[in-house]
Amino acid sequence: MGRYRKDEKKDVPEINTGSMSDIIFMFLFFFMVITNMREASLKVQFSPPKASEVQKLEKKSLVANIYIGAPIGKNENTLPPGKVSVQLNDQTIKAEDLVNDVKDFIGTERESRSEADKAKLTFSLKVDKDVQMRYVNTIKQELRNNNALKINYATLKRSEMSNQ
Amino acid sequence: MARKTPGINTGSMADISFLLLTFFLLTSSINTEQGIPRRLPPAKKDQDKEIVDINKRNVLNVVVNFNDAVWVNGEELLLSQLKDKALEFLENPNNAPNLPEKELIQINNMGEYAVSKGVISLTNDQSTSYNMYVQVQNELEKAVNELRDKVAINYFGKKFDNLDTSARKSIQKAIPMNISEAPPMDYSQTK
Repeated sequence: MGRYRKDEKKDVPEINTGSMSDIIFMFLFFFMVITNMREASLKVQFSPPKASEVQKLEKKSLVANIYIGAPIGKNENTLPPGKVSVQLNDQTIKAEDLVNDVKDFIGTERESRSEADKAKLTFSLKVDKDVQMRYVNTIKQELRNNNALKINYATLKRSEMSNQ
Repeated sequence: MARKTPGINTGSMADISFLLLTFFLLTSSINTEQGIPRRLPPAKKDQDKEIVDINKRNVLNVVVNFNDAVWVNGEELLLSQLKDKALEFLENPNNAPNLPEKELIQINNMGEYAVSKGVISLTNDQSTSYNMYVQVQNELEKAVNELRDKVAINYFGKKFDNLDTSARKSIQKAIPMNISEAPPMDYSQTK
């Protein structure tokens, strides 16, 4: 066992904080690389269903999101007959504009991709788990009409154990 | 007159970068995009013709009704039973006459393989909850994945996920994911 001598006075050397910033910067870059920015603020409530057989999407830049869920604000546009909103980009869409808005959305998403990426563009349906299928069916039909066939049902990963 | 330039104080650098770090931590989300990928059928046209051609034994009718109950070929099943039912349908291990026919197809790396002609037809009601719909899709996906794993171990000695691309393509060809979605029913309209 070591013994401490009380009478010995040694100066404790100061910790050099110069490299601290480098370390933090490293953290910063790490987070910048692995994360993606939220590009649109959510106007609808969205808690995805859970599933076990999920696959990761290849590239985030090839994904366009369509949100469907109960509106958060009071003044959002809803689709009849229930209280459900569909959000494209930054805003919820009106029922009467649905066909045109979805078409425009698909068009602009395609335009912003390069020619090679257009075929790989995936439309991710981010649908709240309590939403009835009628809204999803409507959107799916519109996607089909505009020949946007690659879709994805956004889900959370559920482990097999908790499933049982 | 040479004066020493004072060194820049780097002590606050750490604070600044901390600030940036917290900013990125707050504004970003780590969870990656994941989900169940599907391909929608092209709109209209020749799709109607195909369905007529399919023999009755080659179709597994999965209906998710307005009560979120699952009916398969006219009998009600629990969600947990669906995977085994779909697996039996796709595999047809004993070549039963009421389960799908198979067709011998030449496949790279695997030689001739009896590919099932089975198609799972999925129908939902307009009032079905999205959660249930995803759970059903998930169970069907699970059945296909399980079968693919089984065949992959038989032919290549590895699970499907660990195969290289060409072997994966062969397996995908041997066990296709044939889910066709029928137009949704609407219970609230029939009342």
